[in-house]
Amino acid sequence: MDYFAQQLINGLVLGSIYGLIAIGYTMVYGIVGMINFAHGDIFMIGGFIALITFLILISLGLTAIPVILLVVLLVSMAITALYGWTIERIAYRPLRHSFRLAPMLSAIGMSFVLTNYSQVAQGARVKPIPPFIVGGYTLHESPDGFVIQLSNIQIMVVITTIVLLAIFTWLVSRTRLGRDMRACEQDQTMAALLGVNVDRTISMTFVIGAALAAVAGLMYLLYYGLVDFYMGFVAGIKAFTAAVLGGIGSLPGAMLGGLAIGLIETFWSAYFSVEYKDVAAFSILIVVLIFMPTGLLGRPEVEKV
Amino acid sequence: MTVNPHKTTKTSRTAGIPFLLKTAFINALIALVLFSLMIGIRTEAGSDGQLTYWTRFGDLASLVAAVFGGSIVIELMRQWIGPTGAEKLVPASVQSGMSFVGRYLAPALLIFTLLVPVIFYDQRYILDLAILVLTYVMLGWGLNVVVGLAGLLDLGYVAFYAVGAYSYALLATNFGWSFWVCLPLAGILAAFWGMLLGFPVLRLRGDYLAIVTLAFGEIIRLVIINWQDLTGGPNGVSGIPRPSFFGIPLDNSDDGLAAKLGIEYSPTHRIVFLFYLILALALLTNWVTIRLRRLPIGRAWEALREDEVACRALGINTTTTKLTAFATGAMFGGFAGAFFATRQGFISPESFTFQESALVLAIVVLGGMGSQLGVALAALTMIGGFELFRSLETYRMLVFGMAMVLIMIWRPRGIIGHRSPTVYLTKAHAISSDLVKEGHG
Repeated sequence: MDYFAQQLINGLVLGSIYGLIAIGYTMVYGIVGMINFAHGDIFMIGGFIALITFLILISLGLTAIPVILLVVLLVSMAITALYGWTIERIAYRPLRHSFRLAPMLSAIGMSFVLTNYSQVAQGARVKPIPPFIVGGYTLHESPDGFVIQLSNIQIMVVITTIVLLAIFTWLVSRTRLGRDMRACEQDQTMAALLGVNVDRTISMTFVIGAALAAVAGLMYLLYYGLVDFYMGFVAGIKAFTAAVLGGIGSLPGAMLGGLAIGLIETFWSAYFSVEYKDVAAFSILIVVLIFMPTGLLGRPEVEKV
Repeated sequence: MTVNPHKTTKTSRTAGIPFLLKTAFINALIALVLFSLMIGIRTEAGSDGQLTYWTRFGDLASLVAAVFGGSIVIELMRQWIGPTGAEKLVPASVQSGMSFVGRYLAPALLIFTLLVPVIFYDQRYILDLAILVLTYVMLGWGLNVVVGLAGLLDLGYVAFYAVGAYSYALLATNFGWSFWVCLPLAGILAAFWGMLLGFPVLRLRGDYLAIVTLAFGEIIRLVIINWQDLTGGPNGVSGIPRPSFFGIPLDNSDDGLAAKLGIEYSPTHRIVFLFYLILALALLTNWVTIRLRRLPIGRAWEALREDEVACRALGINTTTTKLTAFATGAMFGGFAGAFFATRQGFISPESFTFQESALVLAIVVLGGMGSQLGVALAALTMIGGFELFRSLETYRMLVFGMAMVLIMIWRPRGIIGHRSPTVYLTKAHAISSDLVKEGHG
């Protein structure tokens, strides 16, 4: 039971990170209707930028951890958001009205570019950082000595996710930009006729998605203490799986799917085998799609004749 | 509504130097922010696990300067060629001329390919490269059945390649079966896996299908890595027997083909044999595809690509149609895999990554989906181009990715952007591929 509770905590934390990346996928899919294959690599870039900013701030002699964290958060979000914006402008905007496979291949190409750019720029080796946020709470100690731990970093990941989700939900449901985004999701042509700047709205979607991915990258860096150039691919497929599982295009679905993938992966590793955890996650995706082809919270797709 | 992204208005076109400098300056500024940390600062983990860093402001400055200069050049070209740019680079007359050339290009290319081992007999490197190109031509033609004809987007094609390679490797090393027995078995097993993948995805469309096939490809690769007892895990399978000339080994022994024919033994014999083997397999793929296109099943594939709902309304069994497309494509992937295993003599999971799937898909799309000649030309371009960058190992994938993006922007419909219809009443009119719905799954 205790072991189960501990795995539940670990799974929820991992799921929060996947969920943050999945939101970026689901937003872009909802509005532009394309799979942004490079999104996982944007997450990786976010992790790298956070790492480098940490390094600079520490060598400048800063010691106040909250200040460091805030600066790193803002810098990595800003620069990664600019990456998202640039990628949309270069690789996706010229292809927006092209046939379906073209933007997908362009996105796959962009993903290769980002992975190898990061490898060329920062080397292929894993980059570790020393733990910044240490300590935690012991929730429960059973007689046989098993301890349920809730570390501070875990609390931070979950709280950051909840806060970002709240901000994001407010953004989509209450602001002008959110209204534009929902309008573009419904019908781009009609939205444009009614005075919505479609280009700008799509750009902003990529910017917000990349900023959220940067936060996920920072959380990953803090939680696992390392980044490497290849981590975007696997995390990207997992997050996309999460988005599809939750019903692509649905924001709560993305978060739910992220949590589901995080929990499945953690429990599978804990009770069965670590080696096959990714196989389990992907198999469950296939099984869910057989019985619910539009995911958990997705709307049924209307077949147009 | 169509929004032209490169719409250059009259004002900006006549704005001249101030406009150019402003655009270039903004681009350079963006580049400066993008590259500031990733290029300007280099991190490395030291021997004690402590991260160190040093600055590379020279590299950063030259990159930003390159972006500044590059955006001036691009903007000048855009003003010079015009807003649509790319299409004007290839005038309509040349494009229609290309279709005329296309009629004679295919036979010419085939004759040249047949003569490659004769012309380049002494150049082992060229023969190896030709074998590699032909392997990708075959893979491209195999995937073309699934993506180009049936319109099912498959991002995990390399899984069938892996199934074929491992089927042959394991059967040959464990039971000592010959290549000619294992080849059909590898194809059948891969086709079986294709059907297995087909069943769950029957109800899925478009991007869902893409992600499930991607997941399936990853599952196969992960199982190969982790099932160490059977597959050898990350170490792979080695000592895979070389193919024989229908039972006669191609080696230096007294039973070898060279000794039996009474000619002097040369290691090139084996390479030439492999060359003709993969050429035959590729041509078989091509022939079967062209024949199948004319049969009811091939027409059903193409109808399915165009409109699934209409297909069902007309009484086409979409289940069997999709399954046969997956199975046929997978079978050719399996053949190619078996060939790959016997050529290399060693296989490991590293050869079957998503990157390979993307490469084959890029070949199919770049070639112009459904166009057999286009796929062959694309394989030649991509694999040949890839080979040019062999010495720049680290930059190779970077350039490949950029090329993929640029090609998609320039020619999203591929090299052969038109096609002749499969069935016609009196006279075949080539149609633009803009009229064909592809990849809707």
